[in-house]
Amino acid sequence: MSWTCLLAFAGHSALDPAGPQAARIGDLWWLMFWVCSAVFLLVMAALAAGLVREEEPARRRMNRVVTGAVIATALILFVFLFASTGTGRALASLSSADPVSVEVTGHQWWWEVQYLDPVLAQRVTTANEIHIPVGRPIRIRTVSHDVIHSFWVPNLHGKHDLIPGYDGELWLQADRPGVYRGQCAEFCGHQHAHMAFLVVAESPARFAGWLAAQRQSASPPATPLAQRGHDLFVQLQCALCHTVQGTDANGRIGPDLTHLASRRTLAAGTLPNTPGHLAGWIVDSQTLKPSNPMPATSLGSNDLEALLAFLDGLK
Amino acid sequence: MRRLATGLCALALTFAALACEREERRFQTLPAKSARAQPVRLTTLQPGQSLPARSGHGPYDENAWAISEGERLFNQYNCSGCHFHGGGGIGPPLMDAKWIYGSDPQNIYDTIVEGRPNGMPSYGGHVPDDQIWKIEAYVRTLSGLAPKAAEPDRSDQMEARRSEQATSPAAPRGQKAEHPQ
Repeated sequence: MSWTCLLAFAGHSALDPAGPQAARIGDLWWLMFWVCSAVFLLVMAALAAGLVREEEPARRRMNRVVTGAVIATALILFVFLFASTGTGRALASLSSADPVSVEVTGHQWWWEVQYLDPVLAQRVTTANEIHIPVGRPIRIRTVSHDVIHSFWVPNLHGKHDLIPGYDGELWLQADRPGVYRGQCAEFCGHQHAHMAFLVVAESPARFAGWLAAQRQSASPPATPLAQRGHDLFVQLQCALCHTVQGTDANGRIGPDLTHLASRRTLAAGTLPNTPGHLAGWIVDSQTLKPSNPMPATSLGSNDLEALLAFLDGLK
Repeated sequence: MRRLATGLCALALTFAALACEREERRFQTLPAKSARAQPVRLTTLQPGQSLPARSGHGPYDENAWAISEGERLFNQYNCSGCHFHGGGGIGPPLMDAKWIYGSDPQNIYDTIVEGRPNGMPSYGGHVPDDQIWKIEAYVRTLSGLAPKAAEPDRSDQMEARRSEQATSPAAPRGQKAEHPQ
């Protein structure tokens, strides 16, 4: 199954923090877990004692126990209040004069990722995959134009809502390399569950290499077959929605496909990126992800093969 | 009395359940080539005895969901770039009663597929057939030709004042006002 294949390279757990903020959230979670577990056990023990006991205890003793329990409850809640306020402050304290600036736009149902740069030509647009350098703060600007989405990478940070018309900001940092799965955490329509993404944390040198490669336009088709695929891509419906830098295709509706072959997944984490899955997706995406905006395509097998050859060359 | 109330509740639930099937959402449609089988007439003026008119229904003319999809496509494919949100500008307005090339669904479909002189591009072969019919269904709602029950509700674009959510809010706490781009 494709799912096992996906899970093999991307974990997804808030209890396995990979960054300073997720660590703070994890600490708070464990504090609440142990305290609540202790309270639960005490309550159950008191209940069992009450069931076993035959004679009614003295009125004064009962009053004392209830008063003590109320005071303990209030104290515990105050501890939680201060702990969660402290965690919130710690989460908001991450900042840097030289962060990696990324703009993430939530769409129904995929993520557009743009690496901001003062020089317009240096900007990189990709989809459903965010590469970040380890140990450096990342500033993520969150945008939505359709409905409310929520950006959530459990291993790195808490949930952050993307509200239409109200750009937000989120800082995160990864301390160890890895591939972390993210997921839309606010119900946003029919395919909300198929709106995942990957955060790939890698060493600063590898990140710089990746960014430089992404800045390049698509390499020209290498074979006659790929050339025919390119011609089909720009002449048919593909180009109305998708951009491939360096060609006539510059639609802005669907994901930028300039470096499609370098990504790990298709359709926002729905499928692993293999030629077979890509072919299935192009021919009949509505079976794989019903109601997504990509229409079915009527391509002969020769044309499909050419198109796949072209897309496979978009490294 | 109690039995009557139970009966009424059951009846209401039945009606509610039936209402769920008000329309069909077709996600899987056979992609067809944008080509017409027989000519569409722009005028009733014909030599000899006039031929019967083609049936004037698009597949989505009464489907609210398809019409809302048509609205999304209308904006995404930049129809609004020339026709604006129906008021017209570079292209003719679509919200008035004047139709240069006919207001029947088939006429509007042909206008999109074939293009028209003086500026209207031809989208046949570029935009899937199914989406053209959805755009057609939406375009007809602009001038009130679609059934009221299927029409989209108010459009934020046509408001005289910007909607509240589209006005810029105060910067959230901790956020710097300027984003170096």
